[in-house]
Amino acid sequence: MAEDTAPEAALPPPEPTAAELFTAAVALLPGVTGTAWQHGELTVHAARDSVVELMTALRDKPQFAFEQMMDLCGVDWPERGDRFDVVYNLLSVSLNQRIRVVVTTDESAPVPSIHTVWPAATWWEREAWDLFGIVFSGQPDLRRILTDYGFEGHPLRKDFPLTGYVEVRYDEDRKSVVYEPVKLTQDFRSFDFLSPWEALTTLPGDEKVFTERAAERAKG
Amino acid sequence: MSEVITPPVGTTTRQVEIDSHSINFGPQHPAAHGVLRLILELDGEIVERADPHIGLLHRGTEKLIEYKTYMQAVPYFDRLDYVSPMCEEHAFALAVEKLLGIKAPDRAQWIRVLFAEITRVLNHLLNLTTYALDVGAITPALWGFEEREKLMEFHEAASGARLHANYFRPGGVSKDLPAGLTDKIAAWAETFPKFLDDLEQLLTGNRIWRQRTVDIGVFSAEQALAWGFSGPPLRASGVPWDLRRSQPYDKYAEVDFQVPVGRNGDCFDRYLVRLAETRESVKIIKQALAKMQPGPIKVQDRKFTPPTRGEMKRSMEALIHHFKLYTEGYHVPEGTTYTAVESPKGEFGVYLVSNGTNKPYRCKIRSTGFAFLQATDVISKRHMLADVCAIIGSMDVVFGEIDR
Repeated sequence: MAEDTAPEAALPPPEPTAAELFTAAVALLPGVTGTAWQHGELTVHAARDSVVELMTALRDKPQFAFEQMMDLCGVDWPERGDRFDVVYNLLSVSLNQRIRVVVTTDESAPVPSIHTVWPAATWWEREAWDLFGIVFSGQPDLRRILTDYGFEGHPLRKDFPLTGYVEVRYDEDRKSVVYEPVKLTQDFRSFDFLSPWEALTTLPGDEKVFTERAAERAKG
Repeated sequence: MSEVITPPVGTTTRQVEIDSHSINFGPQHPAAHGVLRLILELDGEIVERADPHIGLLHRGTEKLIEYKTYMQAVPYFDRLDYVSPMCEEHAFALAVEKLLGIKAPDRAQWIRVLFAEITRVLNHLLNLTTYALDVGAITPALWGFEEREKLMEFHEAASGARLHANYFRPGGVSKDLPAGLTDKIAAWAETFPKFLDDLEQLLTGNRIWRQRTVDIGVFSAEQALAWGFSGPPLRASGVPWDLRRSQPYDKYAEVDFQVPVGRNGDCFDRYLVRLAETRESVKIIKQALAKMQPGPIKVQDRKFTPPTRGEMKRSMEALIHHFKLYTEGYHVPEGTTYTAVESPKGEFGVYLVSNGTNKPYRCKIRSTGFAFLQATDVISKRHMLADVCAIIGSMDVVFGEIDR
């Protein structure tokens, strides 16, 4: 179904050749390891260490002219060695195009900060540090931004529980706000909605039966 | 202060450096538009450095959405920018539709355009009037809120809620407009420009208003681009950029409207741009009402949108679909998208990563005000303390979306 409708849903609709030319030009930039189009959006995978040169080239070369960095965020894939994606969404106002640059990192390897390319990056990098614990080297202001003063941990990591570790209340006796370990009156419920049964046709969501059967077979 | 006095011979001198002092602005200040905490370093009454502390309204929306099905994630978007709820839903609905490869039917798209513009008027009315309130004019707020109430009634008539609408869903809108609503909106659209004229008469020529806003918080086009600005503050700096025009979504390609652009990038221009945009919104609302045809208001594929009550009473299949949708939800094919809409405040984007299950793997919300607030330090440097209120007011920040 996605295949039939993808062409008309694509936005912006680039000329096939122009898109190919553009992709080829992007692939020649420093540190680019791969390019992919999906849903009419170009994603560029790049090496972590050359991200500053890559961003500078994307901003300054006239055929790219990405004047704006609209968004920077992390994505956590805990099963991977380099568990974090750092995703930069760039926008060119003059050429009306967008591009997405993705670099990977782990808990300790720093990503070079791009606040020298776009000053706007500072807060987004602080946010990625706060929520994921991604370290940005060369960023002079890597304070927490969204979480509480004195917060510990990085809440958007997949291994951070949704309910957190501490809760806050106002203590009437001590006349102050106190932090306590979180107490749940009811266990946290996360339902598995995937169907455990085999259906006539395998619809999306019915894969579970096959994975379980394969696991059983492997067990013997 | 730094006057050098020649000491008499035979005495020792001690140089005393007078420190700039810092004050805490907010988080409960009425001009802080919510829960902004601003640490201001002042030299006398001149701002040397502004350090905004945000996160006081952080609710972990992105984390919560990872644990909810796509349909359950929609109401979280109302609670981001609670001044323009439907535009936030719009971004999420479009992102999910892109990953699913579906397209809302024509009528749904027109309804979305109509209500996105009503929301824009709602947002700008709140911003313009409270901005005026911040710099000392009370009357616009009193007038504006009365007008907002009429628009809230349209919200309520369509969605059942004044603020947290949960109306734009992936695949269309939740329900069709009730009978007679379009006539009411059309009647309102006739009378509303008169109100804007009155509002303009109160402010645009007002001596005090001009003294407080003209040439205050000037931001050049280069600066605005480098700091990730979008929406009215970017256009006020002279960049003709509007996503509704340059990357049209839904039916925006079929409506005729102007994109107002400022020249000086000061607080006054940001006010003028919003005021002109409100007039354009009325034009779009009229066109949407005229071009809207009867038809389905959501995708007719029952794997994505729930069946009607009536269908469920008769059809077993409809009942099963309803049950599956409201427990399991729909599975979204693996994919990634960054989808942005022109929300009243600027570019509001959703970076959605799906791993093929019924819940988003990652949903990053690109909030507009985040970029504006970050630049507060640069914009307000060497301004008077009172100008900070005007600058924050002209940026249109809402903490629901900044803190997420």
